Amino acid sequence: MTAPVYIIGAGIHPFGRTEDRSGREQGVYAVRQALSDAGLEWADIECAYGGSAAAGAADIMVNELGLTSLPFTNVANGCATGGSSLAAAEQAIASGAYDLALAVGFDKHPRGAFNAKPADYGLPEWYGETGMMLTTQFFALKIQRYMQLHGISRETLGRVAEKAFRNGAKTPHAWRRSEIDLETIMEAPVINDPLTKFMFCAPAEGGVALILASEKKARELGADGVRIAQIAVRTRPPNSFEVFQPGISVEEGGKPTVLASKAAFEGAGIGPEDIDVAQLQDTESGAEIMHMAENGFCADGEQEEWLANGWTEREGKLPVNTDGGCLACGEPIGASGLRQVYENVEQLRGRGGERQVPGPDGKGPKTGYSHVYGAPGLSAVAILER
Amino acid sequence: MRAKIDPDLWSDEAEPHLMGGRLPSGEIVFPMPKGDAAKDVEPYKLSRTGTLWSWTTQSFLPKTPYAGPGSGPDQSPSDFETFLLGYVELPGEVIVETRIVDARLEDLALGMPMEFTIVPFNETHDTFAYRPAAHARAKAA
Repeated sequence: MTAPVYIIGAGIHPFGRTEDRSGREQGVYAVRQALSDAGLEWADIECAYGGSAAAGAADIMVNELGLTSLPFTNVANGCATGGSSLAAAEQAIASGAYDLALAVGFDKHPRGAFNAKPADYGLPEWYGETGMMLTTQFFALKIQRYMQLHGISRETLGRVAEKAFRNGAKTPHAWRRSEIDLETIMEAPVINDPLTKFMFCAPAEGGVALILASEKKARELGADGVRIAQIAVRTRPPNSFEVFQPGISVEEGGKPTVLASKAAFEGAGIGPEDIDVAQLQDTESGAEIMHMAENGFCADGEQEEWLANGWTEREGKLPVNTDGGCLACGEPIGASGLRQVYENVEQLRGRGGERQVPGPDGKGPKTGYSHVYGAPGLSAVAILER
Repeated sequence: MRAKIDPDLWSDEAEPHLMGGRLPSGEIVFPMPKGDAAKDVEPYKLSRTGTLWSWTTQSFLPKTPYAGPGSGPDQSPSDFETFLLGYVELPGEVIVETRIVDARLEDLALGMPMEFTIVPFNETHDTFAYRPAAHARAKAA
């Protein structure tokens, strides 16, 4: 049993597009907000972990934040950059080596879909040249098969997006802040069948910072904190189906999300039925649907009923992506996973404002679950408790 | 005569086969690994027939290194043509990602029989594809 670790400060730079701020400047903005939230000075922070996918190294932030000589570790772990930074910060405190740590993620991507170089992924050039190395295709191919096997309708895909924009409209840090009706979502241009334009998130910009503290320090500061019940990061097991795979095994394999989810629930000593609010990776509508099942919240196919009945709405039995998720916030890779944790921290502290989840007894949620998934097949899950 | 998009991607014969590899464990992989990863891997001719595992459309011009219609220096995105792609399961071997030709989106269904073919890709190169097997195409038409 490791020592309990608390998140006592949370900061965010609004997601979307900010022309006059670099990605790292958005990270610095988030760090200052998190420090202010925790009632701390930069000089109080004892160690830091962070990074971006496309906006440079995080440790350069000391130029703006102050040259306090703290150890600052750059994390470059693709879509799990935020999750891995959080895990490292948590371990630094749980080990007893530090009492205050920072996890920060930020990014700034150009417009349009992400493009990847085959050689960077150990793949032949023809795979990119022939137009098959696109992340959007993977998500479409995965949900297309899932819909056929488990009876998920196109309308359910649309409902996920409709909910995302409805939640985004109530979220100050969201990028897309206007509601979009189901019909508009369904009739929008198709990107990769069955997914239309409004069912995909877009590369964006943003920054998130979280300050972690030992129990002793949290008490000493009288902090308004939430406890990290468990963090689990898992890479793909054999025979899984992931992005950028010209060939996949005929043997059905495991899924990194299922592994990370099980490990997180086991470590936290609770189950899916105990979660009051969840942020699930929604790169596109289908991902949220499949991740509901992969994280253990429902059986395959039950999402049809869940969405039709509004069970994942703010007032539903399991509110999902209460800030509009990636669909409404966009996806700055280095910051995206930490945004999910930020949202749970705010929800658990009752600071959700217009988007606050009532919780099972109307007194606010007591448990929050976040899940990030990305290339080349990895998942990070964090469970928080109030 | 167009060149192959990759010289080792399929076999040179009247009825060509997509080339995979057989690992020492017996597992079949696609594509055939290159470099150090190819050690102890035997080139393996994959089945020309299989069944449809999943599919989608590519409805926008992919970024580089895409080399198909719409990507050339004297071309514009309006030269891009939407295409179908998917995964075809080659029974007992491997599930391969491939272009799908000679089909409309609404014709495609899970488990549909598919067959291998070579198609023109751009002005200079051919690529591989799978298409609904002859009897399935006849039924759709």
